[in-house]
Amino acid sequence: MGRYAVRRLLQMIPVFAGATLLVFLMVHVMGDPVAGLCGERQCDPATEARLRQEFGLDKPVWQQYATYMAHVFTGDFGTAFNGQKVIDLMASAFPVTIRLTLVAVVFEVVIGVALGVVMGLRRGRPVDTSVLLLTLVVIAVPTFVTGLLAQLVFGVTWKLVQPSVSFTAPLDELLLPGLVLASVSLAYVTRLTRTSIAENARADYVRTAVAKGLPRHRVITRHLLRNSLIPVVTFIGTDIGALMGGAIVTERIFNIHGVGFQLYQGILRQNTQTVVGFVTVLIIVFLLANLLVDLLYAVLDPRIRYA
Amino acid sequence: MRPAAHAKRTARAVAVPLAIGLAVVPATTACGGGAAPAGGPDGVLSSSWGDPQNPLEPANTNEVQGGKVLDMIFRGLKRYDPKTGEARDVLAERIETTDSTHFTVTVRDGWTFSNGEKVTAKSFVDAWNYGAHLRNNQKNAYFFEYIEGYDKVHPVSGSPTADTLSGLRVTGPRTFTVTLSQRFSTWPDTLGYAAFAPLPRAFFDHHADWLAKPVGNGPYAVLNYTRGAQMSLRTWKGYPGSDKARNGGVDLRVYTDNNTAYTDLVSGNLDLLDDVPAAQLKNAKADLEGRYINSPAGILQTLSFPYYDPAWNTPGAVKVRTGLSMAINRRQITETIFRSTRTPATDWTSPVLGTDGGHKAGLCGKACHFDPAAAKKLVAEGGGIPGGRLTITYNADTGSHKQWVDAVCNSVNNTLGNDRSCVGSPVGTFADFRDRIGRKKLTGPFRAGWQMDYPLIQNFLQPLYYTNASSNDGKWSDARFDRLVNEANADPDMATAVRTFQRAEAVVRDQMAAIPLWYQNGSAGYAARLSHVELNPFSVPVYDRIEVA
Amino acid sequence: MPEPQRTCPAGAVVATLEKPPAHLGDGASTARKPRGLWSDAWHDLRRNPVFVVSALVILFLLAIAAWPSLIASRNPLSCDLALAQEGARPGHPFGFNGQGCDVYTRTVHGARTSVVVGVLATLGVAVTGSVLGALAGFFGGAWDAVLSRIGDVFFGIPVVLGGLVLLSVVSGSTVWPVIGFMVLLGWPQISRIARGSVITVKQNDYVQAARALGASPARILLRHILPNAVAPVIVVATIALGTFIALEATLSYLGVGLKPPTVSWGIDISDASPYIRNSPHMLLWPAGALAVTVLAFIMLGDAVRDALDPKLR
Repeated sequence: MGRYAVRRLLQMIPVFAGATLLVFLMVHVMGDPVAGLCGERQCDPATEARLRQEFGLDKPVWQQYATYMAHVFTGDFGTAFNGQKVIDLMASAFPVTIRLTLVAVVFEVVIGVALGVVMGLRRGRPVDTSVLLLTLVVIAVPTFVTGLLAQLVFGVTWKLVQPSVSFTAPLDELLLPGLVLASVSLAYVTRLTRTSIAENARADYVRTAVAKGLPRHRVITRHLLRNSLIPVVTFIGTDIGALMGGAIVTERIFNIHGVGFQLYQGILRQNTQTVVGFVTVLIIVFLLANLLVDLLYAVLDPRIRYA
Repeated sequence: MRPAAHAKRTARAVAVPLAIGLAVVPATTACGGGAAPAGGPDGVLSSSWGDPQNPLEPANTNEVQGGKVLDMIFRGLKRYDPKTGEARDVLAERIETTDSTHFTVTVRDGWTFSNGEKVTAKSFVDAWNYGAHLRNNQKNAYFFEYIEGYDKVHPVSGSPTADTLSGLRVTGPRTFTVTLSQRFSTWPDTLGYAAFAPLPRAFFDHHADWLAKPVGNGPYAVLNYTRGAQMSLRTWKGYPGSDKARNGGVDLRVYTDNNTAYTDLVSGNLDLLDDVPAAQLKNAKADLEGRYINSPAGILQTLSFPYYDPAWNTPGAVKVRTGLSMAINRRQITETIFRSTRTPATDWTSPVLGTDGGHKAGLCGKACHFDPAAAKKLVAEGGGIPGGRLTITYNADTGSHKQWVDAVCNSVNNTLGNDRSCVGSPVGTFADFRDRIGRKKLTGPFRAGWQMDYPLIQNFLQPLYYTNASSNDGKWSDARFDRLVNEANADPDMATAVRTFQRAEAVVRDQMAAIPLWYQNGSAGYAARLSHVELNPFSVPVYDRIEVA
Repeated sequence: MPEPQRTCPAGAVVATLEKPPAHLGDGASTARKPRGLWSDAWHDLRRNPVFVVSALVILFLLAIAAWPSLIASRNPLSCDLALAQEGARPGHPFGFNGQGCDVYTRTVHGARTSVVVGVLATLGVAVTGSVLGALAGFFGGAWDAVLSRIGDVFFGIPVVLGGLVLLSVVSGSTVWPVIGFMVLLGWPQISRIARGSVITVKQNDYVQAARALGASPARILLRHILPNAVAPVIVVATIALGTFIALEATLSYLGVGLKPPTVSWGIDISDASPYIRNSPHMLLWPAGALAVTVLAFIMLGDAVRDALDPKLR
């Protein structure tokens, strides 16, 4: 187990280097960031040369990448074009997105699992079929349409919530965006739980528990639910990284100043430092989440052994 | 694809997400809250904003979002009247010259920065020297290019050979002299631009702190600034000027998407939106019950052409361009897409200049008039569209450009009777769009919006059409035009200078150097608790006059 | 033991599609006489109403994608600004969009682009992913480590982000950049699945027997392993097809999707999205068409998965 974890951690190094290099190159091929800095006119050549030198853009790409990575390892993520330290941007953006992700995950767990259990226990009944169809519809509509519709209906027509999130992003304002962000995953969690419950409901140990004369709710909570939640937990574990990176659309619709906003802004301004820095952190989160899920497997399931 | 193999003991599985949840929750508790909205002279209003692209230094800010802040926290020698656009003295007691080359500036007494430091002649000279010097990477350095010694502190290539502009000299606590490298009779009128603002010592001595919380001498002072999210400005009680703010302050909120800002405005979550997106205009009047402004601004939208492409630089192409101009139904587009927040252009300036300032409605004549039959004939006579298809390039990330480009193309297609003769070509980012222009990679017309720096006809012509001028993106060149502009610049008499500029503008028309589309208005919507909301000719709200109920 | 297969490797929009073999119906206990996997599946599918309905929807969609003028004879590119944002009227059942184009005509003609993008992206992802996944699973060791880690690299980049960066540099109005991008970031998902099922199949007796008989690795892979490992790939690919169609719309919304004069649902939905309050019809028709299409593909995938899942026999 320990050796396995170490090996995986070591394998993460090339993946990390590869992914950051890829992002670095992608942002690089987007073109010349200095071109957009002087508004509807060209920077005068002298200033342009100075800016290029200051941002290190006059060097070959591999050298820029090497310099950048060297800085990253000392914790220096560089400076954005508007003079802001990327690390400062991260400090303001990540807490917001983490909170949003957390709200989304709570929705996934609470609503997704509850619906899934109900459906799993009432397979084939109308409630099962209709929720099943509903989850499909949620998956079929693009998130930005869901988001815009939700904003219009709950925020403008019914005035139940504020249509956008203020910059401090308090939890209550994040409820609607969190639900929108969670919607697709929520549908998956529901379906996953349903299947898992349905399969386990026929398992021997459940039959034994029922035969022992345990009350129904105890069988469900103590025996059935616990065992059925393994795939759900692992799904949610890996979903965290996806939610954080996928929040670009949701954050745009609800004007949330989180990671998605900074990334979008950084991309529009071709700000290599911001984009690579944020994606780097996201990739780390993703890799760690993956590793954690794999290790969790071994802990949860005695049949899996790592060498 | 297979499910996880199911284990029999799982108590820890459920505990894990809870543990993760608990670990992150503390980060969330410290936020939220906010004071109840107050009215009257202490009332604070919220206003939409965009994240400034550059550090908020006066000579480094070249877009409207940063300019908005500078206009609130700085006052310079002159200021453009929010209504008429006329340059009026603010900190300037007098600016004297006898030869349009040597100027003596006297700064008014009694002005201080909001940190208590006195505004002196040195505050200006230091600021300008900073703005001009190559070392400081100021993107608006070219504003100082007419001052003698600019080529020493900001050489076209190589290192600077001087630290300060030789044309600037402090002659007393409140006086300094300026020597220009050429005659420029209307130079004092350019001094209302933000780049010419004075700067306190703190700017130079504690630069990073200053950037985190800029200090100026305007009616507002920065209370706090959360990068990329919000800036809170509060009225500076000690402001010595006559344009004291009539409200308690302004919270500028960053919006990624103006449609969200509009939604916020309509549902009472935002007080002022100074750029109502085109898609919302249809219902804006009804939504806002009249709390909607649509006033002219010094912005002209045109289609420019790549003259470095030989196909566009022929006598026949002049006819094609004129034909295309006549194929665009400007009235219908401005009324349908923009709901009359644009006015069909009939010259290459802006109505905010006024007729005395050089605006001449109808100068474009028939060439700007929608006439499908004549348009089709002219395009055919000119040999058809070079390359067979008109591709209009624009940037898709800002503004409502896609809507009007598609509409222009539909208008051209309908006129020419071919549904594929014109297509819009969006470029993902503004930076990439500018990059393609800079590298001369375009083969067809491209969007060109010009927002004036200062309300002079010179500013609508010289930077855009003079040979190799800084914003002459299409690289158009015409010796006659250049000669007329030189003549006009040297003319000390305003009225004849304007007439000479208009003769230069006629050259632009005869060659159809760029197709003028429409004059852009500023459009703003505001909440019921605000009154006296206006936009200045730069389409920025006049914040100090707004009253909060 | 090698790394376990994950329930859901996530990290991407398409990724969230992976899930265990859920099943819609509960018909597990009926005893049947043994048949091959495929004929057995077909037998099941023909009787599954979900499959029949979604297959019909998809057939209809393919028909109008091939011959849109069958039911919409107007030109989707001819627009009259005077009619902008107008509602439905005789001959124009869906009304007009912001440019005064007929929404019905554009919705019908947009089907082709969406189907082409969906099908080609899925094919690309399925082929690339299966080949690389099968290689990794079959040869194991260094092959596996390298290919899986490369997959991780592409998988670690959020899809929307990758689209913004990669597609914003592409000009031109063809569908190829969008499809290429989807393949580039989508293949690791299929590759993981293919790898997993190859590893499972590899341990089966008949493969061991073939190996003992001295069959070449290529023959074993092509004749024995691939045919039996392909089922999960087909299932995920069908579902992924739906998400690719939805992804095209999201890319357009972010301003990096397809470009005119291409007619697509994505373009129309994103163009109409700011008008959601004023003229919802402009948004709802193309968005509805897209949702029904995606739904049909996902339900088809669901049904196929149920039919192919041996655990339900």
